Amino acid sequence: MQTIVYIFPELFLSFSIMTFLMIGVFLKKSFKLVNSLTIISLIFTTALVLNQQDETIKIFNNSYIIDDFSILMKTITLLFCIFILFSSREYVKINNIDKIEYPIIILTSVLGMILMISSYDLIVFYLGLELQSLSLYILASFKKEDEKSTEAGLKYFVLSALATGLLLYGSSLIYGFTGSTNFETISKNLNSNNVGAVFGIVFIIIGLAFKVSAVPFHMWTPDVYEGSPTSITSFFALVPKIAAIAVFIRFMYVPFLNVIDQWQMIIVFISIASMILGATAAIGQKNIKRLMAYSSIGHMGYALAGLAPGTNAGIQSTIIYLIIYLVMNLGAFGCIFMMKRENTFCENINDLSGMSKNHPILSLSFLIILFSLAGIPPLAGFFAKFYIFMSVIESGMYILAILGLLTTVISAFYYLRIIKIIYFDKPKKPFELNYDWGLKISLILSSVLVLIYFIYPSFLLDLISKIQII
Amino acid sequence: MNFPILSAIIFIPLIGAIFILVSRGNSKNIEKNYKYTAIFSSIVNLLLSLFLWYSFDSTTSDFQFVEERNWINGFINFKLGIDGISILFILLTTFITPICIFSGISSIKFKIKEFLISILIMETLMLGVFCSLDLIIFYLFFEGGLIPMFLIIGIWGGPKRVYSAFKFFLFTLLGSVLMLIAIISIYWITGTTDVTKLLAFGIPQEYQYLLWLAFFSSFAVKMPMWPVHTWLPDAHVEAPTAGSVILAAILLKMAGYGFIRFSLGLFPVASDYFTYLIFFLSIIAIIYTSLVALMQDDMKKLIAYSSVAHMGFVTIGIFSITKQGLEGSIVQMISHGLISAALFLCVGVVYDRFQSRMISSYGGLVNVMPKYAFVFMIFALAALGLPGTSGFVGEFLILVGVFKVSIIVAVLASLGIILAAAYMLWLYRRVIFGRILNSELKNMKDLNKTELYIFGSLIILIIFFGFYPEPLLNTVDISINNLIENYQMNLNFYLAQSDT
Repeated sequence: MQTIVYIFPELFLSFSIMTFLMIGVFLKKSFKLVNSLTIISLIFTTALVLNQQDETIKIFNNSYIIDDFSILMKTITLLFCIFILFSSREYVKINNIDKIEYPIIILTSVLGMILMISSYDLIVFYLGLELQSLSLYILASFKKEDEKSTEAGLKYFVLSALATGLLLYGSSLIYGFTGSTNFETISKNLNSNNVGAVFGIVFIIIGLAFKVSAVPFHMWTPDVYEGSPTSITSFFALVPKIAAIAVFIRFMYVPFLNVIDQWQMIIVFISIASMILGATAAIGQKNIKRLMAYSSIGHMGYALAGLAPGTNAGIQSTIIYLIIYLVMNLGAFGCIFMMKRENTFCENINDLSGMSKNHPILSLSFLIILFSLAGIPPLAGFFAKFYIFMSVIESGMYILAILGLLTTVISAFYYLRIIKIIYFDKPKKPFELNYDWGLKISLILSSVLVLIYFIYPSFLLDLISKIQII
Repeated sequence: MNFPILSAIIFIPLIGAIFILVSRGNSKNIEKNYKYTAIFSSIVNLLLSLFLWYSFDSTTSDFQFVEERNWINGFINFKLGIDGISILFILLTTFITPICIFSGISSIKFKIKEFLISILIMETLMLGVFCSLDLIIFYLFFEGGLIPMFLIIGIWGGPKRVYSAFKFFLFTLLGSVLMLIAIISIYWITGTTDVTKLLAFGIPQEYQYLLWLAFFSSFAVKMPMWPVHTWLPDAHVEAPTAGSVILAAILLKMAGYGFIRFSLGLFPVASDYFTYLIFFLSIIAIIYTSLVALMQDDMKKLIAYSSVAHMGFVTIGIFSITKQGLEGSIVQMISHGLISAALFLCVGVVYDRFQSRMISSYGGLVNVMPKYAFVFMIFALAALGLPGTSGFVGEFLILVGVFKVSIIVAVLASLGIILAAAYMLWLYRRVIFGRILNSELKNMKDLNKTELYIFGSLIILIIFFGFYPEPLLNTVDISINNLIENYQMNLNFYLAQSDT
């Protein structure tokens, strides 16, 4: 029973989910209360996670792991979830999605992600994956009277179920050919001659690539991003990516490390394809959420590029990229939440036209975030790419590096287009500025962090220097 | 020397910009305040850089005023330092920036606060380029300049500003990402990006060619060399006067500085190997763009093309790798910085009054603006390299240097001087002389006091350096000697190695 101590955060989260559900059922109009309680419980869970010991602990027959890596990933998952909940309060209220299920389902999906991050066994992993995916399907179609939202949910469900099926099939192949579901045992029993297991790896990569929305399994992303309510879109763009990347890292570098020569090219291909598609397909977009979808596909391509070299430096660069990506996207969605006219939220990029005249500070922070997304120094986005390409070039993958950097030039074009619309075009009617302080804090925090990151760039390196997966 | 004078010079404009940023409100007083803040911080910077020049020791080729701070733990240090080459560019930058600010204050009509912030941030980044002694830091400043320049062209530019801003940004970024790959590769090949260490140890020969090309792609776009010069006329034409001045006077010099510091310093074998490629491209740039300049109807475009031609001289001078050629190209860069700034300001003067850049809409200006006619004449003559102006010193030294290396190149390059005389004099004749055909021109006011001061200071410098370039040559002399010595030594070493 002593092991229970180690899963306190997870237990606490499940306990709060059930309690809040009861509160929601028995108290009328309790959305505000439940929402605040959700945020409080997330903060408390973060504290519990951070409180865990530094040493690596494996519990439940080595099927659940608590180490520096999982603690870091859990912490950022919880933190960004808190920020999203904070910054989307106004949006939720105006769009009539302030039902009690909303924060509770977000909590269940976060629980699923935390399980995924800590999983050290195929079964536990699948459990977490399904918990988060099922919650996400509901969230995507949360605005149920809206056609697009329903479509998004259904589309996401069908495609995701297919990907999960493939992943499950891959898992069963791995189990069949290595005789275990435990990551360590798989790692021991796996070698390149084991063709069946290698097939399994490919299927698992497909499933994971779907979750991070990497090309060619990205088809759902633009539609789901566009169709879901923006608060959910921002959630989709940030939080599930953390868990997916974490699991990606864990899978590739714990059970499958021995056969790196088998999967390396797949990662390189996925990464290059995502970078190119993310850069080119976003150019023609008119809807800013769709554009963010393609932009996130591109960014996931860069993040995955760090996994290709098979070094610890590569993994660390991926984690840094992920963190900076999250901060930038939090800011970008903060700006999108600010675009409100007559109680409806604008999604068309042309609605931003001439924003700099009426809202200089908001435009400035959007400008900083967009240049950072484009990867222009000295903003944080540049350092993210810099670390990735450092590790990629270290292992001599010049083609990946050159293609990656050329696509940054292409993708700079559509970020510049937004800047052009904001700064160079004729002003339209001003937005009704949102005075929600949660939104303001997260927007200011993210743009300031992006701007001043260059003063002390060692900060993130120090933070993740402890992480040694291999 | 404990006071971090280089950091101070780099970051004073930034502090000024932050000051302007946080001053809120629209009342007249506050507007005045941030104008004064901008002027004050740029003037302080100018004085500080003059003090830097005064305390600069021109008897050593070592890097001076070196500052080193831990930046990214373990692998990159924030390292600054200057030698005789960089200090001249620092002076040029700190001298041109106040001029841009004055010009901006009088001609920019809206969002002046943002404009001043952009100019000051631009100054910080440009100074950073010339001071940095680490490749990554260099890249950071080099690329960072894209953001304010993009905004300057895009917000305050002419009718086709969006196209030009995008073209400028994407061209430069495309060139630079290749340089980033090269810089990272250098880190993994040698284990450092510290320029002083790299200059001392050198880079293995087999890597030099590709790395040189990657750096070249970035500098060639920035310089700009034929055939990637096409962004420059667009950017110059559409940018506001102050933007054109910064572009022509300083931004282009970053590339020249990069060629001298990095291409020659780090990759001697490759530089030797590619010399004739550079000569070829430069000769085309000189002759072709001079001819193109002859045909322009737009004054700014004409000056922009003439910039490309003048920068062709600079690249020839640099890659002649003779003492005269290198010193000449540095003098040429400084003098082109002053002259092209002055010419763009001249165009700005009439544009502010008449809202046209077309040559055909002017004519006979000497009748209504005699002072302007006089000032414009001096700059036009300086641009075509009249003896007694700094333009002559640079071109002459470059031709002397190139003559030693290749007579054909020198002969072809000197064609450029003749063509320069043709297009500058023709421009001058069409704008200034003749009768006033356009009756609206009769109400044009002559130069006001601020403009006279700006032009006066430029004229003094151009003529002073024309007659007495010693201060410039003295400052760079030892550094250039050292550069050439190192270059020859490295080259011989590698050649001896490849023989065995």
